[in-house]
Amino acid sequence: MSTIVAPAEVEVQEPASDEGVEQERPWVVIVWNDPINLMSYVTLVFQKLFGFSLQKATRLMLQVHNEGKAVVSSGNREKSELDVARLHAHGLWATMQQD
Amino acid sequence: MFAPRKFQRQEDRVRVRLDRHEQLLLTELLDELERLLDDPDDPELRRLFPPAYSEPADDEQYRSLVRDQLVSGRSKALATVRKTLVAETLDLEQADQWLRALNDMRLVLGTRWDVTEDLDYGKLDVDEPRGRELAVYGYLSWLQEQLVEALAPT
Repeated sequence: MSTIVAPAEVEVQEPASDEGVEQERPWVVIVWNDPINLMSYVTLVFQKLFGFSLQKATRLMLQVHNEGKAVVSSGNREKSELDVARLHAHGLWATMQQD
Repeated sequence: MFAPRKFQRQEDRVRVRLDRHEQLLLTELLDELERLLDDPDDPELRRLFPPAYSEPADDEQYRSLVRDQLVSGRSKALATVRKTLVAETLDLEQADQWLRALNDMRLVLGTRWDVTEDLDYGKLDVDEPRGRELAVYGYLSWLQEQLVEALAPT
């Protein structure tokens, strides 16, 4: 059996906010080296998707090429998922993980 | 040897110079990729839909969220190339769709033929096993490189 209470008398208790107490650790988006994507294409995609300068895009592309991977963006989970999906749409090999 | 550029930037458009053989080859590749996209789970397409997460449950969720969009984006790029295959010029949006379609073709062929980074096109022998396939792949790489140059921000 449920107790019926007149709506006007119900006091809504807001759940205590956890914000600031336990913030989600940021996610990082990683692009991995692969033998197919052209170096010039990867640089262009970085410039286009993230608005990087030619210098920054080239430096990250070379890091992917020489070291096997590079972090290209970071943020909350939703933003990182969107970045990964945009990279996947352009054929880059991207993954995300918590920092 | 000097060959005229296949793609050349002309202000806000890209000039295209493909001959009949190149258009026929691209048509074959468009047909093949469109057919493959009917089944995005085909292992041949694994490089087009790589995992986002190492955790399988997270990745499954990611896939269910974005896969339709990734498939339709790719189909749209292929359709744009088909529609503008004999065009003399492309607008920048069409050229961007070409760039992505050429890249997808290379990803599928490169995965199938297991290409390596140090593939030397100068030493290709088309009579070798896989010789013709690798020549097609090398041609697509050469083509895409020119389109990247035409689209690179100045």
